[in-house]
Amino acid sequence: MADTVVKTADPKMAELRKFMAEQKKTQYNDEASLIAILHKAQELYGYLSVEAMDEVAVTMKIPTAHIWGVATFYHYFCLTPKGKYVISVCLGTACYVKGADEIMSKIKDELKIKVGETTPDKLFTLQEARCLGACGIAPVMMINDKIYGTLTPKKVTEILNNYRKQG
Amino acid sequence: MDKKMITIYIDDKPYQVAAGQTVMQAADKVGFRIPRLCYHPKLSIEGACRVCIVELEGARNFIASCAYPVADGMKIRTNTPELRSARRDIVELILDNHPMDCHTCERDSNCELQRLAYSMGIRKRHFEGEMKHYEKDVSGVAVIRDPNKCILCGRCVRMCSEIQKTSVLGYAHRGFKTVVMPAYNMPFRDSSCTACGQCINVCPTAAFLEKDYTQELFKKLNDKSILKVAQCAPSVRAAIGEAFNIEPGRTMEKQLAAAIRRLGFDYVFDTQFSADLTIMEEANEFLERLQGKGKLPMITSCSSAWMKCLEQYHPDLIDHISTCKSPMSMQSAMVKTYFADKIKRDPKEILSVAFMCCTAKKYEAARPELEVNGMRATDLVITTRELAWMIKSAGIDFLAIKGEEFDHPLGLSSGAGTIFGTTGGVMEAAIRTAYELATGETLLDIEIGAVRGLQGIKEGKVVMDGKEIRVAVAHGLGNAAELLDIARKDPNRYHFIEIMGCPGGCVGGGGQPYANSNSIPLDEECLMKRAEALYTLDRNKTIRRSHENPDIQRLYKEFLGRPGSPASHKLLHTHYKQHFPVGIIPESLKQQKPAEPANK
Amino acid sequence: MPVSKYVITLCDGPSCMQKRSKQVKDVIKVELEKAGLADKVRVITSGCLGMCAKGLIMIVNPGYVIYGNVTEKDIPEIVEKHLLKKKPVARLLIEEDHLYNRFYRVFGDVNFFGKQMRIALRNCGIMDPENVDEYLALRGYEALAKVLTSMKPAEVAAEVKKAGLRGRGGAGFPTGLKWEFTAREKDPVKYLICNADEGDPGAFMDRSMIEGDPHTVIEGMIIGAYAIGAKEGFVYIRAEYPLAVKRLEKALADAKREGFLGDNILGSGFSFDIEIRLGAGAFVCGEETALIHSIEGSRGMPRPRPPFPAQSGLFGKPTVINNVETWANIPVIILDGADWFSSIGTEKSKGTKVFALAGKIKNTGLVEVPMGTTLRQIIYDIGGGIPNDKKFKAVQTGGPSGGCLPEKYLDTQIDYDSLAAAGSIMGSGGMIVIDEDSCMVNMAKFFLQFTQDESCGKCTPCREGTKRMLEILTRITEGKGVDGDIEKLERLGNMIKKSSLCGLGQSAPNPVLSTIKNFRVEYEEHIAAKKCRAGVCEGLVTYEINAKCVGCGACKRVCPTAAIAGSPKTVHVIDQAKCIKCGMCFKTCKFSAITKK
Repeated sequence: MADTVVKTADPKMAELRKFMAEQKKTQYNDEASLIAILHKAQELYGYLSVEAMDEVAVTMKIPTAHIWGVATFYHYFCLTPKGKYVISVCLGTACYVKGADEIMSKIKDELKIKVGETTPDKLFTLQEARCLGACGIAPVMMINDKIYGTLTPKKVTEILNNYRKQG
Repeated sequence: MDKKMITIYIDDKPYQVAAGQTVMQAADKVGFRIPRLCYHPKLSIEGACRVCIVELEGARNFIASCAYPVADGMKIRTNTPELRSARRDIVELILDNHPMDCHTCERDSNCELQRLAYSMGIRKRHFEGEMKHYEKDVSGVAVIRDPNKCILCGRCVRMCSEIQKTSVLGYAHRGFKTVVMPAYNMPFRDSSCTACGQCINVCPTAAFLEKDYTQELFKKLNDKSILKVAQCAPSVRAAIGEAFNIEPGRTMEKQLAAAIRRLGFDYVFDTQFSADLTIMEEANEFLERLQGKGKLPMITSCSSAWMKCLEQYHPDLIDHISTCKSPMSMQSAMVKTYFADKIKRDPKEILSVAFMCCTAKKYEAARPELEVNGMRATDLVITTRELAWMIKSAGIDFLAIKGEEFDHPLGLSSGAGTIFGTTGGVMEAAIRTAYELATGETLLDIEIGAVRGLQGIKEGKVVMDGKEIRVAVAHGLGNAAELLDIARKDPNRYHFIEIMGCPGGCVGGGGQPYANSNSIPLDEECLMKRAEALYTLDRNKTIRRSHENPDIQRLYKEFLGRPGSPASHKLLHTHYKQHFPVGIIPESLKQQKPAEPANK
Repeated sequence: MPVSKYVITLCDGPSCMQKRSKQVKDVIKVELEKAGLADKVRVITSGCLGMCAKGLIMIVNPGYVIYGNVTEKDIPEIVEKHLLKKKPVARLLIEEDHLYNRFYRVFGDVNFFGKQMRIALRNCGIMDPENVDEYLALRGYEALAKVLTSMKPAEVAAEVKKAGLRGRGGAGFPTGLKWEFTAREKDPVKYLICNADEGDPGAFMDRSMIEGDPHTVIEGMIIGAYAIGAKEGFVYIRAEYPLAVKRLEKALADAKREGFLGDNILGSGFSFDIEIRLGAGAFVCGEETALIHSIEGSRGMPRPRPPFPAQSGLFGKPTVINNVETWANIPVIILDGADWFSSIGTEKSKGTKVFALAGKIKNTGLVEVPMGTTLRQIIYDIGGGIPNDKKFKAVQTGGPSGGCLPEKYLDTQIDYDSLAAAGSIMGSGGMIVIDEDSCMVNMAKFFLQFTQDESCGKCTPCREGTKRMLEILTRITEGKGVDGDIEKLERLGNMIKKSSLCGLGQSAPNPVLSTIKNFRVEYEEHIAAKKCRAGVCEGLVTYEINAKCVGCGACKRVCPTAAIAGSPKTVHVIDQAKCIKCGMCFKTCKFSAITKK
């Protein structure tokens, strides 16, 4: 793991390095830009890989244990690759009152995965979301950037089947 | 700081205290000892455990006395029924998520949590529920980690990042699932842990421990086919008494020799002997470097945690490191060659055991480059703590035992060898010998005050042969990093640097006895007393310079020739190389991309 | 630019987006083109207008005509009748009494009419948030100009203090006082932070404000920076709000271009810049010291106070932190004066408060009411009451840090102190209405689950204590509660409240303690009688088949434990010993023949 300091030709890594170089110029100190850098890394790779975190450690001179601590603290950061479709089920209060847990268990049944997991075919990742701010059409879920509202367990099956068809 | 005196009220009684301190500090000075857990005077204020809460009149909630500043007229209560109940419940909550295996725990009767629970009067559990369950990490050769015992006080994390500045440990995940671990939850073996063992020292429970080799040793001590040879580091004698409830600062040198012999060792040698040997080699190397054969400043290499730290974080300085092995490894090399020859015994039949104040020596003993003639030089390393336990376990009456001497030919030492155990000691010992080697005159004023004491970085100078020699000393890896930065910026500032990985040097080693109920881990006063014990031993010796040790002289005459000879290079010197850590990676390392893959 | 005769505002909040707001916008453009109105009608989109239940929402100005449930098919009719013949399409009109309708009619001479009053949300929905010119037309940056040209920094803070504005993020600390504390510090470097890390489940005020009117927040921040002498500010916003981030970025760039932000603002010599910082999904970062750690690039864990951020905050420098709504109030206070502002509200709580009204209520969405409005007025007059003739049970305010208030508190006035006295808190403004179908024990469990999950893990009471409370609650809802559990919850709850390190922990037990206080009998029923009156706690429910059963056998087929017996066309029976209470039969039955008790 530690030996990956050798530069690779990975264009994503090049972009990450470029981003870090910019941050180094503008930020108060190197550590202050850590969360922004991790956002960038996740945006590029879809998740935070050990390689990316090592690279951040080396470039920004931040202890790896610290980066690991930050990466595991914030729920937004993902440490394993995600599926093609990321399903976020809103568990905000309004949705909860309107039966979000039923929606959640339906999805779990359908995909046979738990929250935070990805289906073996790498199609779906299931996660919980804190209030998506669409309380008016509760219960809601978001698949990638698209919001589905006034859900029922039956609707969930239809929606998932549509995605399955698209593959 | 503000020296103004103010009045605070504790449990309705007024006290005059200095402004500018915390409630806990003020209360400590007027005879209270508010219960506490995550607080440590050498570390930053965490305010996390909430055990030290007190009631402050006018405040809605309880305040953490470790963090809250005193103010004139403030009214504090430390024992109201509500507060007592809350404090008790907090400690119970910690216990409820902690294994209930006190009787079989390594820290039984020596555990801060146990003592705290007792003082809270927790007789019943009200809130038991799910407990954490994690894999124990026993991959390291020196330090093992048991997250199940961790109560998340964070002292180890702060020790690792604030004092040692290695930042190997950190918090990962959050909430109930928070765990202290190295990056990526990697095994200790693969992490950048330097094995200094300071996490063990500050841990209130058994979440960190040294890797235990006592059972293996007991087994081997009963094997008649092997010759059992021991060596004992200077600082062990200065601290082991504390494990038997003796006040810090009383040396147990002769009792130690007797007790180790009773454990079943055939020969009991003294690591101080090879401390003298180290000085012979190191002083010689230093003088050679002074004459242009090698880089200056020269940096000492006796501390194994420091060596791992150097290879990972300061590889740019490898050429500055003395090639001398540590006294332990020199001693073991001599045991398996010189001594084996002398008694005409096959070195393969010799078990070489080192009793050390250090956890990192376990790591050092396993380094392949320290092998002698294809054999591991030091077979087992046992810490002071483990040794104390072995003595108790074997039924030896340590306090009543009549003192005995160490054995010849590797047991006689000078006072210079003794003071190796404290920060500045190696430097002082080296100067005593180097001065004479360089000038041909005897250094008369041999107690070098400038390098003594617990200041993080110490500087001193001696004039040798008309030339001013500037030296510096650092203890603790954080101070070391700071000193090295000074040296990097000003390469001609020093000629000779001594670095010890642990706070206070070996007397504060990661393998020393746990703090007892009246003290705190790494208490400065305690470290000072241990150091003073070594200085007293030195003062009471007639031979105080390494080169005056007759057994050393004989060793050179009979076996090694002279310091720096081919024989001593083969047996007493080693080499270091860059390792790639997963941890802090300094600027210096980034520029030098590895020519070969890191050594794992 | 040709003068537009009409302005059409389309809502593109998440709910309306789902109702095809984008497609509708395209159709409108096509239809306008056809009708030759393309240069006479401007179409803008806005952030959530707060009428989610009736989306897609479209407003036509002038006239403040609000249409609801708009689809692509309705557009030709609206263009034809309304825009050409000036006759609103009656069938799409949202009824006359609707709060927003009323609001728009009084806007312009802000006054006490109606139950709502918009200060923080004053521009939301009536201007294009991506167009700085529209903000300028609505007196935008006038307050800033006034401050820079005619007021000393100390006067600004004094004015805010005089207005009586208290922090809208939850704790209600007087804003002006906070500024004065920070301004007083000697350190020449000071920072200013806008806390937009809105994490309460069921709250989306901040998001709507930034999406709908980012400039007001920015202007408020610049004024604050002038008052305390800060040169740099940060907006800490949830990464989950991409639209808000985008609009904020645009607004910052526009403000900079226009000279309201950056070096030498409006030629005054005063310089200030704002940077956006994305959160990463940690509720605890709403706590100010945790937020500071997060901006500094660390785990968002709080630290003990004092020192307060006003003395030592971001990077160890004096720092002011206020939330979005607080900042949005600043420009109005400066423009219309502290006396005017403090004439609104109650004695100790001045101005208005925005709430996100949700749950079992007819009109969900954002409401802004003067302090002192009663809960009843919000729930019944503005929110329209409970749908489906269900009975009101409780209203939860303050999110996971707040409490549940039963009917007897409905006439409580909305202000910091009255809500606290009733056993809840104002919080950042979540307001969830709960009807008889909800179980209060389960509700408490839901909130505790949230805080437990969001606990940073630093201090013992919150990390370990909330876990134990949750375990006790869980066993109560599963029918395994034992005598003494309520007392244990109270004991732990009170201890956690008084001993935790930060506001999250100190308020985490509130939902539990307040439900025990107000609905103790429900807890007792769960424990002693093993009964959940709302029929929510699955472990406590019994399913029985009633006389409506036609004997179709559907339930028998889905039952996983073969607990249902009966011959075709006869009333079936559930064997309670075999029943695992999965509820499959209940969901399957088409004849309402299964009762849940």
